[in-house]
Amino acid sequence: MANEKFDAIVVGAGPSGNACAYTLATRGLKVLQLERGEYPGSKNVQGAILYADALEKIIPDFREDAPLERHIIEQRLWMMDDKSYCGAHYRSEDFNEDKPNRYTIIRAPFDKWFSKRVVQAGALILCETTVTELVRDAHDKVIGVRTDRDGEAIYADVVVLAEGVSGLVGARAGLRSIPKPDTVALAVKEMHFLPRETVEQRFNLEGDEGVVIEAAGTITKGMVGTGFLYTNKECISIGIGCLISDFTESDQSPYGLLEAFKNHPSVKPLLAGSEVKEYAAHMIPEGGYKAIPQLFGNGWLIVGDAGQFVNAVHREGSNLAMTTGRIAAETILDLKTRNAPMTAHNLAAYKARLDESFVMKDLKKYKNLPKVLHNKHLLTTYPQLLSQAAQTWFRVDGVDKKSKENEIVKSFFRTRRVKGLLGDVLGMARGWR
Amino acid sequence: MHIVVCIKQVPDSAQIRVHPVTNTIMRQGVPTIINPYDLFSLEEALRLRDRFGGEVTVVTMGPPMADASLRKCLTYGADRAVLLTDRFFAGSDTLATSYALSYLIKKVAQEWGEPDIIFCGKQTIDGDTAQVGPGIAKRLNLLQLTYVAKIDEFDLAAREIVIHRRAEGGIQILKTKLPCLVTMLEGTNDMRRGSIEDALRGARSEIVTWNAAEAGIPDLALCGLKGSPTIVKKVFAPSPRAEKAFQIEVQGKTPAEISDAVIGEINQRQPGLEQDIQKMAAGF
Ligand SMILES: Cc1cc2nc3c(=O)[nH]c(=O)nc-3n(C[C@H](O)[C@H](O)[C@H](O)COP(=O)(O)OP(=O)(O)OC[C@H]3O[C@@H](n4cnc5c(N)ncnc54)[C@H](O)[C@@H]3O)c2cc1C
Ligand SMILES: Cc1cc2nc3c(=O)[nH]c(=O)nc-3n(C[C@H](O)[C@H](O)[C@H](O)COP(=O)(O)OP(=O)(O)OC[C@H]3O[C@@H](n4cnc5c(N)ncnc54)[C@H](O)[C@@H]3O)c2cc1C
Repeated sequence: MANEKFDAIVVGAGPSGNACAYTLATRGLKVLQLERGEYPGSKNVQGAILYADALEKIIPDFREDAPLERHIIEQRLWMMDDKSYCGAHYRSEDFNEDKPNRYTIIRAPFDKWFSKRVVQAGALILCETTVTELVRDAHDKVIGVRTDRDGEAIYADVVVLAEGVSGLVGARAGLRSIPKPDTVALAVKEMHFLPRETVEQRFNLEGDEGVVIEAAGTITKGMVGTGFLYTNKECISIGIGCLISDFTESDQSPYGLLEAFKNHPSVKPLLAGSEVKEYAAHMIPEGGYKAIPQLFGNGWLIVGDAGQFVNAVHREGSNLAMTTGRIAAETILDLKTRNAPMTAHNLAAYKARLDESFVMKDLKKYKNLPKVLHNKHLLTTYPQLLSQAAQTWFRVDGVDKKSKENEIVKSFFRTRRVKGLLGDVLGMARGWR
Repeated sequence: MHIVVCIKQVPDSAQIRVHPVTNTIMRQGVPTIINPYDLFSLEEALRLRDRFGGEVTVVTMGPPMADASLRKCLTYGADRAVLLTDRFFAGSDTLATSYALSYLIKKVAQEWGEPDIIFCGKQTIDGDTAQVGPGIAKRLNLLQLTYVAKIDEFDLAAREIVIHRRAEGGIQILKTKLPCLVTMLEGTNDMRRGSIEDALRGARSEIVTWNAAEAGIPDLALCGLKGSPTIVKKVFAPSPRAEKAFQIEVQGKTPAEISDAVIGEINQRQPGLEQDIQKMAAGF
């Protein structure tokens, strides 16, 4: 048993690790996956929306047995102030398609399902096993890992770090630094159980149709963050998150924010009568393109949240995790078939492939956005102005429409002045480009 | 030496809820665990094996998904795991369960040698009857030691065992002959953490899976619902205890301030606690 060697060791059994281990194992590599949780998914928190495309590229027939909740046919974007929301809703029958594009899922059963597929593909998985350090040879190449269990180190040609946002193993080995507080959000989430019919009535749904609400505004009390509400079959996931750096500067607690969000007059009726079954908190990497650490080196690769692969604007994370996991696996498989060693030089192909994919292209597009969002007016002043404007517009009170228009325009200028307005627009435009 | 350990996969009772209206147990989505009592007997079995050599075989009767608990036993260091699973066993009460398990153990004995000792937990956390162990002992005509708190002596050559047994009003120290069946109390030991080698072996091992016919169970009419005279008349939730959990409101910003405030509040409500902890700490 001593000096047992694998083709690859994958650290972590979240979406990125599972995607990587599955892709490697189906192609016949000897894969060991290590997960510190009691079972895959036991530690993981997500909203959660599953983007089908990323998974389909790995397991084309996943719809046959994956535990999916509802496919999303309606998206609501809400700008909220303390009493109101001003929203854009998009609902289309086109989303009731053969192979829907987005689903709500519950992470624990989903991760378990994914992991079962990984085992069936031939990988070996050890749960309740935490990787404590990387083992290196005389040339500083990573050649294996040590765990918190007694016994020998385990060796592999390459170690894939799919360890999630904290990136501790990589940081401890000096491959990267620990993410900074202004690049990581803390999100809290609850599951509210309701009878299926109630969920369907409240959200105007039939069968497995689902609705997603993304919300921003005064609900985050001036901090950078968003709230969300997703419909599952028999429950509603609701959560809110803000940058850790903002939490430390303010006297707000994550739980306090969630309580206030739940009690917002527009949200409360949606949850009425539900039973809360689960409360969870988790970090989300939100530093974007500029926070991405070194992704490869001699004998190692970083995938998923550990590499800061989250598109905060579009709330995409698990799909980037799966895609980076798959691309890492394809890079390794390619080197294996060519009998090329897993050196930094050869593994650089991983980064090159990522640059060509939507993952890097999207993150690059928004590379300045995290800074723009730090403009407090975006999430407090504007939602309030918007709400006032809407109210002025809709109220019928004997004031003529022309005066109403003038009042609305004036309110914007009064509050932000010409320079402020222009700066905000330019900043947004630049961040978006 | 050959040791057989009976385990049961049970719903994690800490996470079970009783439906407020219908009073039925809501098992959906509740994670399953190894019956906690069975971990004490498994650890005791592993210790004996480590001292005297031999093999530990873990067995369970349950649905196919019970293999997860068996695999876990392998990662703790058990040598072999056997799952008895068949639709005929659905709805078994303790009579039918001990009937099936006794034949399963006979079959295990044929395959891998007569057990010198069989372990069960004192009871399960879902059925709570504490009847299955004695039921097996009776059917296999074995001596039985129930409510065992500690194994004092184990002499394989003399085929003798001496144990502490918790009894009403005191502790009995009993000696008996091997082979015998032991049901272990809680808190008797700490479950080990398997080494990385155990974990790898556990992940790789096949779990021996038998149906009723393969296990050689002679009379299916004595199994499952058919073989179970027990009728559950009513399930109800006991009214909550008077002593309620309370929420501690604290001021403070830093984690250190908050934890200090929480500890201060607890000490105020439980005056003797701090002293007890100090005493305990001094004992280490
Ligand atoms: C509240 C919330 C809502 C979200 N909503 C969405 C959404 O709707 N859609 C979406 O696409 N994304 C969403 N995300 C993001 C998404 O959850 C992540 O991007 C995704 O889980 C990343 O996958 P991963 O495999 O990289 O990391 P993780 O899922 O975090 O998995 C990492 C795994 O590694 C294990 N691990 C860590 N360290 C070690 C170690 N040393 N040894 C062994 N194992 C270790 C962990 O236990 C864990 O299982 C959300 C996140 C949060 C917190
Ligand atoms: C909600 C609920 C409903 C039930 N309904 C019925 C019913 O309708 N009809 C009915 O007849 N019975 C019913 N039962 C009883 C159920 O069948 C018993 O749980 C089972 O027979 C075992 O008894 P026990 O759990 O009390 O085990 P105990 O006797 O308390 O267990 C002692 C030890 O025996 C061993 N052991 C027990 N079971 C197994 C096993 N399956 N495999 C291996 N070892 C084992 C373990 O070492 C355990 O620690 C119900 C139980 C519950 C929780």
